[in-house]
Amino acid sequence: MHTMSIQRKKIHPHKYSLWIAMGSITMMFIGFTSAYVVKRSQANWLAFELPHIFWLSTALILLSSLTIHLALKQFKERNMQRYKQLITLTAVLGVAFAVCQWIGFSQMRNSGLALNGPVSASFIYVIVGVHMLHVLGGVVALLIMFGRAYRTRVRTYSAVPIEVAATYWHFVDVLWIYLLIFLSIAR
Amino acid sequence: MSNEATLHSQQEVMHGAHDHHDHEHHHEDNFISKYVFSLDHKMIAKQFLITGIVWAIIGAFFSVVFRLQLGFPDATFPWLESILGHWAKGGRITPEAYYALVTMHGTILVFFVLTAGLSGTFSNLLIPLQVGARDMASPFMNCLSYWFFFLASLVMMASLFVQTGPASGGWTMYPPLSALGDASIGSKIGVDLWLISMALFVVSQLLGGLNYISTLLNMRTKGMSMTKMPLTIWSFFFTAVLGVLSFPVLLSGFILLLFDRHAGTSFYLSDIFIAGKALANEGGSAILYQHLFWFLGHPEVYIIILPAMGMVSEVLAVSSRKPIFGYLAMIGSLFAICILAFLVWAHHMFVTGLNPFLGAFFVLLTLLIAVPSAIKVFNWLTTIWKGNIRFTPASLFSIGFVSTFISGGLTGIWLGNSSIDIHLHDTYFVIAHFHIVMGVSAFFGMFAGIYHWFPKMYGRFMNNTIGYIHFWVTLIGAYLIFWPMHYEGMAGMPRRYFDYSSWTSFNQFGGLNQFISIVVILVFATQLLFVFNFFYSIFKGRKLTETNPWKATTLEWTTPINPGHGNWPGEIPEVHRWAYDYSKDGRDFIPQTEPIGPNESAH
Repeated sequence: MHTMSIQRKKIHPHKYSLWIAMGSITMMFIGFTSAYVVKRSQANWLAFELPHIFWLSTALILLSSLTIHLALKQFKERNMQRYKQLITLTAVLGVAFAVCQWIGFSQMRNSGLALNGPVSASFIYVIVGVHMLHVLGGVVALLIMFGRAYRTRVRTYSAVPIEVAATYWHFVDVLWIYLLIFLSIAR
Repeated sequence: MSNEATLHSQQEVMHGAHDHHDHEHHHEDNFISKYVFSLDHKMIAKQFLITGIVWAIIGAFFSVVFRLQLGFPDATFPWLESILGHWAKGGRITPEAYYALVTMHGTILVFFVLTAGLSGTFSNLLIPLQVGARDMASPFMNCLSYWFFFLASLVMMASLFVQTGPASGGWTMYPPLSALGDASIGSKIGVDLWLISMALFVVSQLLGGLNYISTLLNMRTKGMSMTKMPLTIWSFFFTAVLGVLSFPVLLSGFILLLFDRHAGTSFYLSDIFIAGKALANEGGSAILYQHLFWFLGHPEVYIIILPAMGMVSEVLAVSSRKPIFGYLAMIGSLFAICILAFLVWAHHMFVTGLNPFLGAFFVLLTLLIAVPSAIKVFNWLTTIWKGNIRFTPASLFSIGFVSTFISGGLTGIWLGNSSIDIHLHDTYFVIAHFHIVMGVSAFFGMFAGIYHWFPKMYGRFMNNTIGYIHFWVTLIGAYLIFWPMHYEGMAGMPRRYFDYSSWTSFNQFGGLNQFISIVVILVFATQLLFVFNFFYSIFKGRKLTETNPWKATTLEWTTPINPGHGNWPGEIPEVHRWAYDYSKDGRDFIPQTEPIGPNESAH
């Protein structure tokens, strides 16, 4: 269904929905981080250092933001071969990010900071874990794009879906940077 | 369906003359795509409404059962045992069953009926129709929103039938009672199912809310500027904003609770003994949950009441044939309520050991809500003042809404003061307050909406006589039920108790409690009469013969009597004026689609 009005140059409704959804996800993490702040000000708060592998995962997700940006550019120039390569690379980087986070979890576990241990560690598991799920949601979206790009019967020329995916991808990237800075400072 | 606002300029859109466009471009619909997985916002609205009605009957029936216990603590009702089994051995419900019923009554009515059933129904129905759009921004997401709600309903329904019963720690699900399976029989799998159901419910609300916002901001027809929108749309907008911003915070609270239940974390738990044995959990804080919960919980009450306010504004203007008084003030007060909604959550927590200094700020902000609320009340009263009122069931329910909103709102000023709240907290006064201001009022708004837009939904009218009986019994009954509770609360009678008969101080209220319970049964029976009227009228109601039965100005009445998917058979009409040109220049009403005349100034 074609729903745009011609009279005004308006933002596409799907992009609009995405922006509201990002606001909504932000509120969820604000909920988590403010709970963290409240708990931290109370007694028995155990401070510890974040697993070092989180820095590697940060590099990976930053890189993936770059690749999806390039993918969008290639799509608009109709270089479909490069486009497919780049979104595949982005999805792989997304999975690698999740794996790094998972390794970070096992490092924490091995150093005696289990999920059911001190509450400061539990928060890391939950916050980082929920963020990881959001990244994996983005990977699923990319897989759908990938499937569409290989369709031969129907060809899509609209850049809206990939733009929506790219915006979301940058969003989870920025969200991770925020969480990393937050968790490093408010220890 | 893609012929969009191209050349509207010369188009004469049916006003006055009501031409019938019979069947419009219907793509082949089978039963499944038309009635089950429908993408049509009007059908999704009906799905939300009927699911909401089913839940309302269940939730209200639960209240009848526990009112029987409260009114007649010594009597036995053998029929209860035949439906509740061992939960009502010998015809008297057990304390566990009582808590389960109370918890489910709250959960069902607050979330499943007055959130999904109310804004789910009317945002879906009215947003595209009143802003002039073919459908929602994403019809698929809209469909998904209903089915997530349906799944949430299934899980919640299933929790009623598990062996240990549904969640029974109160609809707020406070830890530690909700976090520890060993704490009570109602804290076992019932709570897990409750949390899963609510998580699905939050997803449903978010999908719906995203759609409402992007539809009404992006897909308005030509000429429909924000300040030409009917107040219904404004209220749905603020409702959706509140939901999108506050439900995720509730979800984070629930996620932490789930971890506490199953992963051994201690977000909310610390220093707890069960049956004399100390638990390992340390360092948690139960108050943290209350902050996260009420950060949603307070906006939630506005999520419930704002749609009702919007519909009441619309119905009052239509039925008193007068423009709404103070249109911009109405929008401004909705906005003010929306902002304040996020700043007052701690007034639910005055007695949790909250710093009194902090409490003072929350008192101030809470009392500030009285200002926009009073503006709205004055505007409703001045709208009907000297109006040529048509007392349809919808307009009666709207006037009833204003009445209950005033009387319930005034007691809010008492409770909002932290010092008075120390005495009144957790008494029947609180029950009386929130049932009148949020429960009864929201239901009145919903009834007004159903009676008013039923012709648009089904092409038929509901029966007026039953409507009048429904209104008067419900209004008088609601006051008879909740007014006496104020006195019980002021005398200090606490809520949530199973049996007061052994408590000498409250023996004086034995007769009053019986009286309340009898009225509850009468009012419940009257609601069943409404449900009968609703379903009977779908099939047998008086048929509409004109497209605009209430002589209203808004766009939904420019569609055919039974609009197909896509709403307008031809082009979407263009809008030239605001929605409240009633009794203007000697004319009864002027539709929004009529251009401003040469001797006329725009509103």
